[in-house]
Amino acid sequence: MPYFPQEVVECIFSYLTSHQDRNSVSLVCKDWSVIEQKTRRHVYVANCYAVSPTRVATRFPGLWVLTVKGMPHFADFRLVPRGWGGSVQPWINAMACSCPRLEEIRFKRMVVSDESLMLISRSFPNLKALVLVSCRAFSTDGLTYIASSCRQLRELDLQENEVNDRGSQWLECFPNSFTSLESLKFTCLRSAVNSATLEGLVARCPNLRTLHVNSSISVECLSRILIRAPRLVDLGTGSLSSNQMGWYRRLFYSFQKCKGLKSLSGIWFVGPRTFQPVVYPVCGNLLSLKLSSAPWILKSDLLNVISNCPRLQKLWVVDRIGDEGLAVVGSTCQDLRELRVFQSNFHGPSCWVTDEGLIAISTGCPKLNCLLYYCAQMTNAALMTVAKNCPDLIQFKLRNLDPVKPDPVTNHPLDEGFGAIVQGCKGLKRLSLSGFLTDQVFLYIGMYAEQLEMLSIAYAGETDNGMMYVLNGCKNLRKLKIQDCPFGDGALLEDFTKYETLRSLWMSSCEVTIGGCKALAAKNTQLSVEVISDLNSISGLSLEPSKNQRAEKVYIYRTVAGPRTDAPTNVSIL
Amino acid sequence: MEEMQPKLLDLIPNERGWGVKANDRERKIGGGFGVREEKKLELRLGLPGEEDWNANRKKTEGLCANVNPPFSLGLFGASQTKQEGLITGEAQKIHAKADNQTSIVERKAIAHAATSPAAAPLPSNSRAANAPVVGWPPVRSFRRNLASTSKTVLEPQKWASGTSAKFDNSTKGLFVKINMDGVPIGRKIDLKAYDSYDKLSSAVDQLFRGLLADQRSEIGTEKNVEEKGKAIQGLLDGSGEYTLVYEDDEGDKMLVGDVPWEMFVSTAKRLRVLKSSDLSASTLRTTSRKRAATEC
Repeated sequence: MPYFPQEVVECIFSYLTSHQDRNSVSLVCKDWSVIEQKTRRHVYVANCYAVSPTRVATRFPGLWVLTVKGMPHFADFRLVPRGWGGSVQPWINAMACSCPRLEEIRFKRMVVSDESLMLISRSFPNLKALVLVSCRAFSTDGLTYIASSCRQLRELDLQENEVNDRGSQWLECFPNSFTSLESLKFTCLRSAVNSATLEGLVARCPNLRTLHVNSSISVECLSRILIRAPRLVDLGTGSLSSNQMGWYRRLFYSFQKCKGLKSLSGIWFVGPRTFQPVVYPVCGNLLSLKLSSAPWILKSDLLNVISNCPRLQKLWVVDRIGDEGLAVVGSTCQDLRELRVFQSNFHGPSCWVTDEGLIAISTGCPKLNCLLYYCAQMTNAALMTVAKNCPDLIQFKLRNLDPVKPDPVTNHPLDEGFGAIVQGCKGLKRLSLSGFLTDQVFLYIGMYAEQLEMLSIAYAGETDNGMMYVLNGCKNLRKLKIQDCPFGDGALLEDFTKYETLRSLWMSSCEVTIGGCKALAAKNTQLSVEVISDLNSISGLSLEPSKNQRAEKVYIYRTVAGPRTDAPTNVSIL
Repeated sequence: MEEMQPKLLDLIPNERGWGVKANDRERKIGGGFGVREEKKLELRLGLPGEEDWNANRKKTEGLCANVNPPFSLGLFGASQTKQEGLITGEAQKIHAKADNQTSIVERKAIAHAATSPAAAPLPSNSRAANAPVVGWPPVRSFRRNLASTSKTVLEPQKWASGTSAKFDNSTKGLFVKINMDGVPIGRKIDLKAYDSYDKLSSAVDQLFRGLLADQRSEIGTEKNVEEKGKAIQGLLDGSGEYTLVYEDDEGDKMLVGDVPWEMFVSTAKRLRVLKSSDLSASTLRTTSRKRAATEC
């Protein structure tokens, strides 16, 4: 075997970017493993408890980019109690010690404190990007540390976080010499922002391409910002309504200057018949339009805009667009890759969007990759049409507002429809089901969904077979999330080897028992089996639960770090 | 790519064998597909409907509550700790055999129940009208907060919506004065009556064609007849003898047709039909200066 000096191997490895490739390469021999560790720049930790932070930091001292995810996905829907865990502090501590050259930090669904933010600002002089998505427990005070100390910051991205908003002083903490900003998103902050400060920041950062402001930014301020930053590519507006005359035209002329604008979102409030005229200059180039924060846009205004955006690839709307509106989308936006239709009414069913809208979309948009659809009803025929028309689907999440609703035309379960989807869309990686579903649909999924990585089920299935079909069939399955299904210990304990490839399993309101969970935990030491009870539950886990007591919420994940030590009292690790 | 419409026969698993552990059980179920296809139309006796786990679901009324597999009792009854072992064993034995039948019974029941498709949606609607199921549909806390805070955003903006009424299609008309070069008497035109520049242009043509002909008829003699019917064209693109300009709320003279229609309607205060040759350098400078000012 020819001998390559270490430098040559390092150089070769620098071209390897995918995690899978890097993982494979590190298994070849000890030398390669050492070299790979030295040269790895990105680490993606999908579950913060799967591995210890110190271990990661010491193994990969040359890290530039760290991505860590914490709480299970259902935390978004308030199914995980607040104190569950997922703090970033151990990660920051470990990285500060061993990886001072860190440039990008991305946290999702984790608990971030102001102390953590202060530590970040002091420990990583090269920090270029800080992205916090769906995190909580920090305040705007923490942001002041970041703003004042991170001189090389290019990206500050705050999305959907629960932030204790104490004011917008943090924005003033960017020094006058700070000019490197390229992307700033602070939609989740509520308090009023000083327009002059923001405009000053925009004016001195010539590379700014992405800006998502919050709803406090006025139209006048937005006009001025656009004039100073005509090269913006991605804009999230504030409120598009004003009592001052003339703003209408000024904003129109401002948009006329933004020739490169491709992505538009926000639009927190806009008066009737003003939306389309104002954004008219940029419609022709728009690739992405996210209007899920603006449920009161008049349907006619919305359709006026969409019908002028033929190049649209990504569209987020609220279900008020209706089936007819979706037909307009289907006929206008042939390039559409991603469509998300959210529900507008949280306190009852809405009937605006049904299977007809889905058929219209699938007929008009064959290139669809990603579909999220909250609807009042769905039919097998519609699902089969989607499977036929959109074979490139990678992500399909159907949220029937009535989770056990069958096909209203035939009164059959939706098994055949979803069966067609998994059979027709060979690249399907993420699937979320709803509607009246029997074990049959899981048989189809197990048989046909070969690329499936994530499956989310609610109120479906009849027997343990359902879950077993999936566990046995889907070789690439990584995340399985189940709520309110009749799956019990039989399915849980059927095949232990499956848990080596499954990254995590969430089961809530199912039929698994404490005994079953204990049996699983005993059999498999590299598995962490957490039984989560609500703080208010009477039969808490402080009392010795009987073997046959139902485990209300179970979160099972593979880990090499052993059982975690920061679990609160209502989480029992078996 | 294979046929996209999966027929029932397509879904019969052949020798694929996708690695299922409990082979005999699964094979029986697998074989059941073919059986199912043939016996789809046969009535079969199935196990009597028992208390089904659907009761655990929040919604129990509706057609489909009746058709759940009856032998699911043993597998889920968490309260029936003693009998669980017994029934599970039994259920597993009858599982294989009865699976076909119950599924068929299921489908039969569904088919029977759905005799009138018109009636079918009704129970579903009544179910939908019930209180929403706990934990469904999944709504991100962020989005939920959005809905509540955005309502407060809506409130203070209500007064702003009053001003946007000027952009509304209110029932009263929006009359603006319109003058034409060479015609001493001006006219009034209702902008609300039109919804596009073309319609406005033809309306202006209608309005002034007669007047213009009358003016000219005083000068010429034989040309009377032809002149009377001559249409005024090219108002918007500068190609005709006349061009349409307007004065906006800031007093600037602008060429009609530059901005979107709704914006024009809301800002135009006065219209003029100028001779294209008269479209003086000064007029043009005003409009282009304005545009340049915003573009710098």
